Amino acid sequence: MDSFANRRHIIRFVIILVGLIFIIRLFILQVVDSTYKLTASNNVLRYVTQFPARGLIYDRNGKLLVYNEASYDLMVIPRQLKAFDTTEFCQILSIDTNYVVESIERAKKYSVYNSSIFLKQISSKTYANLQEKLYKFPGFFVQARTIRKYTSINAAHILGYVGEVNEKIIESDDYYNSGDYIGISGIEKSYEKKLRGEKGVNVYLVDVHNRIKGPYANNKLDKNANVGSNIISTIDADLQEYGEKLMKNKIGSIVAIEPSTGEVLALVSAPGYNPELLVGRKRTKNYVSLMSDTLKPLFNRALMAQYPPGSTFKLINALIGLQEKVLFTNTEYECAGAYYSRNFRLGCHHHKSPLDLRESIQISCNTYYCNVFRNILDNKKYPSIRESFDNWRNYLLSFGFGNYLGSDFNNELKGLVPTKGTYDRIYGERGWNSLTLVSMAIGQGELGITPLQMANMTAAIANRGYYYTPRIVKEIEGDFDIEQKFSEKHLTKIDSIYFERVIEGMEMAVNGEPGSGSTARSAQIPGITVCGKTGTAQNPHGEDHSIFIAFAPKDNPKIAIAVYIENGGFGSTWAAPTAKLMMEKYLNDSISVPWWEQHVLNADINYNAKTD
Amino acid sequence: MQRRINIWTKIDWLIVVLYMALVFMGWVNIYAAVYNDEHHSILDFSMRYGKQLIWISAAFVLAFIVLIIDINFYSYFAYIIYGVMMVLLVSVLIFGKEINGATSWFEVGSFRVQPSEFAKIATALAIAKYLSTFNVKVDSVKSYFRIAVIILTPAFLIFLQNDTGSAIVYFIFVLVLYREGISESILLIGFFVIVLFILALVLSKLTILILSISIIFIIFWFLNRSIKKIAYGLLVLGSVSALFYGINEIAKFNISYYYILLLALAISSIVFIYFSIKQKIKNITLLLIFLLGSIAFTYSVDYVFNNFLGRHQQKRINVVLGLESDPYGVEYNVNQSKIAIGSGGLSGKGFLKGTQTKFDFVPEQSTDFIFCTIGEEWGFIGTSLVIILFVFLLYRLIGIAERQRSSFSRIYGYGVVSVIFFHVVINIGMTIGLVPVIGIPLPFFSYGGSSLWSFTILLFIFLRLDASRLELL
Repeated sequence: MDSFANRRHIIRFVIILVGLIFIIRLFILQVVDSTYKLTASNNVLRYVTQFPARGLIYDRNGKLLVYNEASYDLMVIPRQLKAFDTTEFCQILSIDTNYVVESIERAKKYSVYNSSIFLKQISSKTYANLQEKLYKFPGFFVQARTIRKYTSINAAHILGYVGEVNEKIIESDDYYNSGDYIGISGIEKSYEKKLRGEKGVNVYLVDVHNRIKGPYANNKLDKNANVGSNIISTIDADLQEYGEKLMKNKIGSIVAIEPSTGEVLALVSAPGYNPELLVGRKRTKNYVSLMSDTLKPLFNRALMAQYPPGSTFKLINALIGLQEKVLFTNTEYECAGAYYSRNFRLGCHHHKSPLDLRESIQISCNTYYCNVFRNILDNKKYPSIRESFDNWRNYLLSFGFGNYLGSDFNNELKGLVPTKGTYDRIYGERGWNSLTLVSMAIGQGELGITPLQMANMTAAIANRGYYYTPRIVKEIEGDFDIEQKFSEKHLTKIDSIYFERVIEGMEMAVNGEPGSGSTARSAQIPGITVCGKTGTAQNPHGEDHSIFIAFAPKDNPKIAIAVYIENGGFGSTWAAPTAKLMMEKYLNDSISVPWWEQHVLNADINYNAKTD
Repeated sequence: MQRRINIWTKIDWLIVVLYMALVFMGWVNIYAAVYNDEHHSILDFSMRYGKQLIWISAAFVLAFIVLIIDINFYSYFAYIIYGVMMVLLVSVLIFGKEINGATSWFEVGSFRVQPSEFAKIATALAIAKYLSTFNVKVDSVKSYFRIAVIILTPAFLIFLQNDTGSAIVYFIFVLVLYREGISESILLIGFFVIVLFILALVLSKLTILILSISIIFIIFWFLNRSIKKIAYGLLVLGSVSALFYGINEIAKFNISYYYILLLALAISSIVFIYFSIKQKIKNITLLLIFLLGSIAFTYSVDYVFNNFLGRHQQKRINVVLGLESDPYGVEYNVNQSKIAIGSGGLSGKGFLKGTQTKFDFVPEQSTDFIFCTIGEEWGFIGTSLVIILFVFLLYRLIGIAERQRSSFSRIYGYGVVSVIFFHVVINIGMTIGLVPVIGIPLPFFSYGGSSLWSFTILLFIFLRLDASRLELL
């Protein structure tokens, strides 16, 4: 044939080579690389999320506290937009043209094909207006959601609030997508998983214009949303409301616990805020103004403020002294208005002398506890103060001090109980002794205890030696087991017999004869034996903080309470009457001495002065 | 000199079966691509698959007619057919209907024909006729010129219709010329021009200049094998460049490096030429002309690219070269197409189960992007089968072409191979992102009467010629 016939081989080779290249490319595209399969399902299937209603929250008596209200988000899909009458559109939504332009720009930046929120939470009235005219505005549609509503202005700190998830959460938790809501504080946060329910999804087929063509695979892939569980809180809404009323114009907190269960009956942090402020479109604005408030209304003092316990701490030292057998019921100490040791002097107030244990609590003698505390630390049973200090410290830890109580509040703080190391650092390893630490005898110095821990301690005393981890949720609907940690009895390291001695002192502090020197007579409730102890936390920044702890009745206690009033002076001045009113309200549901109530309600303790 | 043979026994039935298989698979995929629940009767003539059934029936009739026409008709009338086609291509420019921006359709009632599809057949016949003429040698300036006229006339007319894709097809006839003995050096130059064209778009002028200079030095080394001369050459060029660079820096002329190097090269060239004459070194002038040519070419590429190509064509090329990203424009088509094919996996989603090629995600899903449906519904098994079938068809057609006694038949056969090959490469290549998006149909698969008929006629003329190959003694 001809001389170029061999070139057919080259042509055939080229054809086969191209075929091979294509097959390899297709193999990579179709078999090896999985990214295209993923893109494909996102491309053609529209996953429409069904948002379940969030669980409701009730108080311990079944009173509704938090519920949901329908809200509508106006969504936009930029690609589907057509020219529309902006004037009319703006008028319906009462927004300005700039907002429209900016929002659409923002939506475009996010995605041209996917929907993004154009206007959040439009009112149902606006929605009704818009719905009629929505056909004039292609590219817009309305997505129903729910927002939180509150039955009262109280308990904001307990309930917490709900807000949009941030980037970090979206990245770390698969459940959440941009624009979803999540509990940010309080019960809303602690019980987020129970309250939120499970989102459902409807899968639709869409065409390239994002128009829904119908359900996909006969709804086989659809998932129904599960509504969130309702929650019954441990708080008593009436008591909570009363507590917030009492704390008006004051700074501080009240924590009331049912000793036999650890259930928190009321938890007040003052000043508080109206939970309604942190819902809906005004949320961000309100949040910023609450954040910048110098009184820090968002700061939950009941869980996060760490105060020295003051004289209430004498109870603990008394108990430790008894348990360590360096103190007995009949141990007496002289007091000449102050405690003296070599060059050291710690002042006390004027009272009769000598005192026994019961009287020392009744009258709150500083000298007595300086002796007790030093005897605990200088106990010859231990080779040195290092060991006796550790031992003392362990007693404290057994009351729940210096660590998280493990309650279902999510922003609880640990408080502060110093270690040997703390003093080593300050004074050097051999530089400190029982006298160095003596201010802790009366609850001053390096101690930091939160109101919740204080109420818990009171509950432990009321129980004569044990406590249950405080909790704010009594029951989750459809979930009958309470968590293990809440049904577990935490024993203190003190035998129950010693508590009786101390409680007698607390009883006398409240119920002693007039003129006997009882420090807490302002907490008396007719017909009920209240046991209490006042305290005053030294405050280097101003007036001392007024502290009072109490439980009632003496036998079979129903309520244990801790009250802190910042700058309230002596414990007996403000904290004791406040605690009394709370207990009376809870136990009797009526107030025996109305003028006391008025007195407390009207008190403005350094509050407005601070606001200025 | 001829003997009559019953063509029905001599037809290459294997090719016919392959043809039927491809057409059938094409129809199945068109059905899947436009399928929807409301219209599922295959005889629904309002739908594309219904219409395609008519086109297929008509194509079979055409194939039959082609087979019964006398063999000599095609070679005798080759030029006339070609001439008529050229007239049609001109008249479509005047009377034609514009669809999707291209004026390439005649419309009679609801019936539309695209003459450019049929012009391929005429061109293949004309080339075969010319090259098989006694005494014509491929490798001569005269025949180069004539062949260029035959090929470029329809290409240019179709280009004027604004159907660049169909115009580019004509360049594949180079493959026919290659088989018929076109000089390898011409092909090499052609190849070099293409590489340079692509490089000119991707790289900066300076890089290409440095690259060209390096290549020249390497070629020089191959020709003369003298390290010493290369070292001198580099020294001259280097010091002149450094001098200009220094002047530019000091005097702050702000001339770009490209022009500095170009100027240095010009001055060095004078030195090189002087020494090459003096020392009788061969090829220097030739190499410098080559260098000059490539510099001029890089310039013209920019010019052609910016002035002759439409913005959408520039975009398509840039997207494939990775110079531009346009996920919702040109790239959108390719991306959607890759997503559709990729989502098919190994064995595909099954017939009518495709989701991407439904609902218009892939543009032109029944015509230019029909391969996506195959990829999505039949998976890798389906796509590789289609490619194997095409490769087998082409392989066999080459075999058949080579067994022809008449060079007319052989050359025409290579024309068929070239056209089908090019369509397959470009069409499938663009759906998997290997070549720019050029809107040409996949032979036998894509929806459309003109395309199916023209490929049918193209193929069956060759089968007709082959069936009678033994008639020629």
